[in-house]
Amino acid sequence: MIPSAFDYERATSVDDALARLAARGGAGKLIAGGHSLVPLMKLRLNEPGALIDIARIPELSGIRGQDGGIEIGAATVHHAVATSDLLRARCPVIAETAATIGDPQVRNRGTLGGSVAHADPASDYPATLLALDAEIRIQGPGGTRTVAARDFFQDLFTVDLAGDELITAVRFTPTRTAAYAKLYQRASRFAIVGVAAALDVDGGTIRRARLGLTGALSHAVRLTAVEDALAGRPATADGVAAAAARAGDGLNDVNADIHAGADYRRAMVGVFAQRALKAALARSQESAP
Amino acid sequence: MAAPVLPKLVGQRVKRREDPRLIQGLGTYVDDVKIVGLRHAAFKRSDVAHGRIRSIDTAAAEAMDGVEAVFTGAQIAEFLDPMPIGTPFPSPEHRAVATDVVRYVGEPVAVVVAAGRYAARDAADAIVVDYDTRPAVVDPEVAMTGHPTVIHADFDNNLAVPLVPSGTGVSPDGKTVDDTAVDRAFADADVVVSQRMVNQRLAPTAMEPRGVVAHYERGKDTMTIWSSTQNPHILRTFIALLNGMGEDQVRAIAPEVGGGFGAKINIYGEEYVVASLSRRLGLPLKWTEDRSEAFLATIHGRDIIGYIDVAATRDGKVLGLKLRLIADVGAYNMLLTAAIPTLTMLMANATYDIPAIRTTLTEVFTNKTPTDAYRGAGRPEATYFVERGMDMLARRLGMDPAELRRRNFIPADRFPYATQMGAVYDSGDYAKALDRALANAGWRELQRQRDAARAEGRLVGLGLAMYVEVCGLGPSASLPTGGWEHAQVTIERDGRISATTGASPHGQGNETTFAQMLADQFGVPLEHVRILHGDTGVVKQGIGTFGSRSQAVGGTALHLAGTKVREKMAKFAAALLEAHEEDLVFEDGRISVQGAPDAGKTFAEVAAYAYVPVPLPAGLDPGLSEEAFFEPANNTYPFGCHISMVEVDRDTGELALLRLVAVDDAGNLINPLIVEGQIHGGLAQGIGQAMIEEVRYGADGQPLTGSFMDYAIPRAADLPRFELDATVTPTPVNPLGAKGVGEAGTLGSTPCIVSAAVDALSGFGVTHIDMMLRPEKLWRIIHGGQA
Ligand SMILES: Cc1cc2nc3c(=O)[nH]c(=O)nc-3n(C[C@H](O)[C@H](O)[C@H](O)COP(=O)(O)OP(=O)(O)OC[C@H]3O[C@@H](n4cnc5c(N)ncnc54)[C@H](O)[C@@H]3O)c2cc1C
Repeated sequence: MIPSAFDYERATSVDDALARLAARGGAGKLIAGGHSLVPLMKLRLNEPGALIDIARIPELSGIRGQDGGIEIGAATVHHAVATSDLLRARCPVIAETAATIGDPQVRNRGTLGGSVAHADPASDYPATLLALDAEIRIQGPGGTRTVAARDFFQDLFTVDLAGDELITAVRFTPTRTAAYAKLYQRASRFAIVGVAAALDVDGGTIRRARLGLTGALSHAVRLTAVEDALAGRPATADGVAAAAARAGDGLNDVNADIHAGADYRRAMVGVFAQRALKAALARSQESAP
Repeated sequence: MAAPVLPKLVGQRVKRREDPRLIQGLGTYVDDVKIVGLRHAAFKRSDVAHGRIRSIDTAAAEAMDGVEAVFTGAQIAEFLDPMPIGTPFPSPEHRAVATDVVRYVGEPVAVVVAAGRYAARDAADAIVVDYDTRPAVVDPEVAMTGHPTVIHADFDNNLAVPLVPSGTGVSPDGKTVDDTAVDRAFADADVVVSQRMVNQRLAPTAMEPRGVVAHYERGKDTMTIWSSTQNPHILRTFIALLNGMGEDQVRAIAPEVGGGFGAKINIYGEEYVVASLSRRLGLPLKWTEDRSEAFLATIHGRDIIGYIDVAATRDGKVLGLKLRLIADVGAYNMLLTAAIPTLTMLMANATYDIPAIRTTLTEVFTNKTPTDAYRGAGRPEATYFVERGMDMLARRLGMDPAELRRRNFIPADRFPYATQMGAVYDSGDYAKALDRALANAGWRELQRQRDAARAEGRLVGLGLAMYVEVCGLGPSASLPTGGWEHAQVTIERDGRISATTGASPHGQGNETTFAQMLADQFGVPLEHVRILHGDTGVVKQGIGTFGSRSQAVGGTALHLAGTKVREKMAKFAAALLEAHEEDLVFEDGRISVQGAPDAGKTFAEVAAYAYVPVPLPAGLDPGLSEEAFFEPANNTYPFGCHISMVEVDRDTGELALLRLVAVDDAGNLINPLIVEGQIHGGLAQGIGQAMIEEVRYGADGQPLTGSFMDYAIPRAADLPRFELDATVTPTPVNPLGAKGVGEAGTLGSTPCIVSAAVDALSGFGVTHIDMMLRPEKLWRIIHGGQA
């Protein structure tokens, strides 16, 4: 790769990273796995003056159960999420999501925090974080704050994160009854459309459904119309299929590119919403006593 | 106890000797070449598809740290002539660096020489070019109208080649065309199927992009050029020519080459520029292509439209065929560009005894990267058009596609067979390959499975394709470079064998296959044989590796050189052993008298004697080193049958390849393991073309598939377990009986997959689908107008 010149520093702690970022003014940029940033630097679409490497800050990686919730450090690589026993047992949807990302090289380097901060419209995690009602933990010069995933993803590559802030972790309440389904773009393996569905099922009835959608729009969103249609419905495959079949219909400004036109993407939202819902439902039946 | 006899190696699955060094990172590629004082070049490339250069401002670039020189195209034109073209068709002037008009995104407009690669790239970015942009044209059928733009002033309607007819009734000089037979065939036909088909544009994407290091040494007045090329000898010729040097003054080296797929046959502008700047500046100079450049500036492949008409009787006998070809050659003719689609015409007879064929070829300039040879180069296109046409005919007649083929095959007893297209097929047994493939696939059972799946609502389909390809390229009448190959075999003084070959392998495994041949010829262990290649300072003469010619032509030259040395060595051994040459056997590292193995000498002893021949046998010169040229009298024509089973996802249109059964006949096989490797790679690329690969441009000529994020190539996990088998029909063209196999996999796989997809979706009334089989395309067929 032949990027323009840059300085490189390795941060030892979150405070150290923030201090280094501040010291660089606007010229500094955090790098975690580098799997979104470095491709841009290769093309010289991004030319940071200094990279501050946060990949090896101990406090930033790891998957921990905490007060009934689960917290994943921002610098945790996709492979660790995909293969975590804790996640596979308690919240398989997120391990499943991580396992669909790119290829082994990408999964061994790319991080949850980097993916979320970068917010590529076709990235996988955002759909699942939305369906899990996850919280993004952020630290900056002014201290720490927490943003709901729903408020965090705002537009194309645009999130609620300032240039001098750092994502430290993602936190959510685990559920087994959730699943992710994705239509792969065959070159990059990003999502042409990806839907994560989480169901609260009680006595054969869907109490609440949460669906996160990625790939179809400028940024990941919740499919609230489908969620509303599902609430209170019987938890059957046919029932969820009917409610989700036209999940794409109400969407405006659907993405179109050489891999998929807007009509097709819109139709795929319905298809993959159904697939995610059916898989989530199957999990609810597995875990029912 | 006698030592165990060395086993014969030809025909054995010997593991590639090249691989341990390659997979351990111990190979030396062009970019690994380092020379004291090495400078680096970077090219400024056009970011518009078509425009006149108003001005180029290089001041900022020249002022940057580490920058030694900046040259615009106009400055380079003062000392570098336009690039040579290797085909007889008229071609527009093509300068290595554009002087006034740019015609595709990626065309070089200036070059920087700097102390380091990064400095060179920074400076290239700092060059400011002001373009007067012109309309671009990317669709060849639009370009043919001459609107909205004319790309080269002397080529009306953008026609690189206006119209070349070929086939039945065309005189050898192409000047007179008699359509009577073709017209009669169509008049007599019960059915005619007609279809426009697009064989889309592909990017060759070798793992190693291009690269070149040139080192002109002023004191000796010599040039050494390292390049990631398939043909160092041709490179030497052209580099000498454009630098006004003799071939004796230029040494071209192709070190490890990380794939070529035809794209590294061409001699590129960057090679000429780097060589001439090295000479001008008296400095060693390197340029390494990055992946973005590779997508823009390395040639593309295919991109040809075929209008096919097949005329047949009700019972499936093909009476006539028409194939009108429109090739989009991109912005310029490269070395072989214009010739590639002529191979499509040449192979229009396919495996069938078709009595009347008319092909025509039109080549068109567009504002896209130039095309040239890509694995298969013209023959996959012919196979695709004809096999899809045959499939459509079978469907129209309601006939089993295998049965339709069988009714039209050139019978095995008709070889050598002169086609309507001017080729003489050397040998073949097409029915045998078909039968083997049908048996291996379990064709009837597959049909039952398909029908059962359909009854469940699944969209499963079967496809079958035959192919025949022209390989072993030669003789000299058909290649402007010469159609022979050269080899030299030397028995060293210690009894080891070193051999040079003009074939320049870049992944084909010739260090192994060629060593197998020599080890057998001399009865020595494989480890005692070394194959040298890819360096004109070591390999006296050569043409190179393309057109699946290494084994058939290069291997034969090696065999002939080996035979000469063996004869001479036998004479030395005969003198030493006081025996008759005819009674000697070369076996087990020894040369001994037949029937008396103890009365022999070791190979090394005989070699030592040949170099210190006291006494010198009468009529012999010292030494054991012989060379041979081999010019084949004809090409070879390998063939085969590929069968696939696919399933389309009704909801998404995604295509899954469930089975791929291939039977390939490449004549005698030196190493079946390597042959299978070649087939695997070819299949992957053919499957890639059918399913996921396509170079796309916007209407403004901007490339839309400029990286692997948008241009898909198959991953191992995308491919099923290939089910391979071989029939063996040796060629009479060379003493080895070997035909060539490097490209074969790309031929049968594409049409058989497309035909399978059409079969799967036949319920929706579709009879043809253009590649690539993008899920959205298939989904639209399934869901009709539904949005
Ligand atoms: C070939 C390939 C295929 C891919 N396929 C997929 C896919 O299928 N699905 C998918 O979702 N993704 C895919 N990706 C993207 C991949 O998941 C990236 O790893 C991820 O998007 C970014 O994570 P990273 O750690 O590499 O971030 P970096 O590249 O290091 O950083 C990305 C951005 O985030 C910022 N950043 C990083 N960490 C933090 C933090 N903790 N706090 C604040 N800002 C931060 C950086 O400053 C930068 O702006 C692919 C990437 C490649 C190269």
